[in-house]
Amino acid sequence: MFSDFDLNVILGSLPYLFGTGMVFTVTLTALAATGGIILGTLIAMMRLSGIAALAIPAKIYVNFMRSLPLVLVIFWFYFLVPYIGQWMTGASRPISVGAFTSALVTFTLFEAAFFSEIMRAGIQSVSKGQTSAAQALGLNYRQTMATVILPQAFRNMVPLLLTQTIVLFQDTSLVYVISLTDFMGAASKVAQRDGRLVEMYIFAAVVYLIICLTASTLVRRLQRRVAIIR
Amino acid sequence: MSASASPASAAPMIAINGISKWYGPVQVLNDCTTQVTKGEVVVVCGPSGSGKSTLIKTVNALEPIQKGSITVDGIGVQAKGTDLPKLRSRVGMVFQHFELFPHLSITDNLMLGQRKVLGRSAEAARSTGLTLLERVGLSAHAHKYPGQLSGGQQQRVAIARALSMNPIVMLFDEPTSALDPEMVGEVLDVMVGLAKEGMTMMVVTHEMGFARKVANRVVFMDRGEIVEDAGKDDFFDKPRSDRAQTFLSKILAH
Repeated sequence: MFSDFDLNVILGSLPYLFGTGMVFTVTLTALAATGGIILGTLIAMMRLSGIAALAIPAKIYVNFMRSLPLVLVIFWFYFLVPYIGQWMTGASRPISVGAFTSALVTFTLFEAAFFSEIMRAGIQSVSKGQTSAAQALGLNYRQTMATVILPQAFRNMVPLLLTQTIVLFQDTSLVYVISLTDFMGAASKVAQRDGRLVEMYIFAAVVYLIICLTASTLVRRLQRRVAIIR
Repeated sequence: MSASASPASAAPMIAINGISKWYGPVQVLNDCTTQVTKGEVVVVCGPSGSGKSTLIKTVNALEPIQKGSITVDGIGVQAKGTDLPKLRSRVGMVFQHFELFPHLSITDNLMLGQRKVLGRSAEAARSTGLTLLERVGLSAHAHKYPGQLSGGQQQRVAIARALSMNPIVMLFDEPTSALDPEMVGEVLDVMVGLAKEGMTMMVVTHEMGFARKVANRVVFMDRGEIVEDAGKDDFFDKPRSDRAQTFLSKILAH
């Protein structure tokens, strides 16, 4: 099977694979991770607020998202969002959203559920005494969260947040179901076009492997750097 | 030093009026009434589980109460419309486990409240912070992080942090209980200094030496009740209740 392994197929398609595919993958990962962590933190704060009207919807949201397959959510949003847009704006036709926007919204909302569980654990990892100390100084809830609790929660959870981001990086390949082309999709297209499935899929696997292993190593290094001195 | 004569005529800085508190079905405070006058040092002592830490935390509403009322400088702590963050900013508090913010440098720990709550400029906050750090003898550690200091040093920083808000009263919740014995003295020295300057203080502690030295009054608690509330000399020389006598004989035996 490897006797006619053709390296030139890979070399020739590099500009397309990275210039189009990888740029898409990285862009979607970065935007969805950022949005997901921000939204996830808000959801975590809702769950821990002690106010039922905030905590219960947040809990339902998280459990709902976590029980659905990502592919389903991607599909669902892609077909549904235009109709929700139509309903909200009162337009006569479904609102055209665009596949990228749809994917970005989907990944952000989906990942937010997972990031919120990480941030919830992070917030709970900060001792109650820290909140008391911040309150005793006169800080209000928002200031206590922003300057005392979240910075510590975030530092404690950096490894898990980045690990989840690596999972997100791999999951972005699912956008092929709404005809978007990420790195995996680009490799797949070349493979089909040139009939070079072995070369392209091996190459794609190697690239994912290198990127994820490198990222894991960086996570460990970063963890040591941001760790709170105890 | 005549510590026993309290300025009894002045309006109370802290007035605790008949407060009770329950955790579920368990009553932890039972109809407690006492007060702290301006310039007074009141030591709260008692066996563990007696509710003394809970009592002091009700003063700045870190612990809610179900009955009774508390005023600080005439302002109702539980009253609707009370600006709680503002009230707390005027009440300094020192905790058993220091509770410095571990992700911030010592300087930033000292600046945070001043900047966020009092709205001081960075320069003003830094200058106040460094002055207070010098006062507790830790100028050399300004750039370090709490985890790099010893327990005694951390607690002195915590006192400086509380003082950075220019409090009208200071609360100490067992400030030396979590310290190694050799570090207790350095923290007590700072507290004695504060008392001598006329700071109004409410101190939960087992350090009877400290109480003898600077307290005006001693409040003795047991099982959620204030059993004895007396001038320092009366408390130590002729405690009225059996429970206080038992407590003192145990704690002063060694």
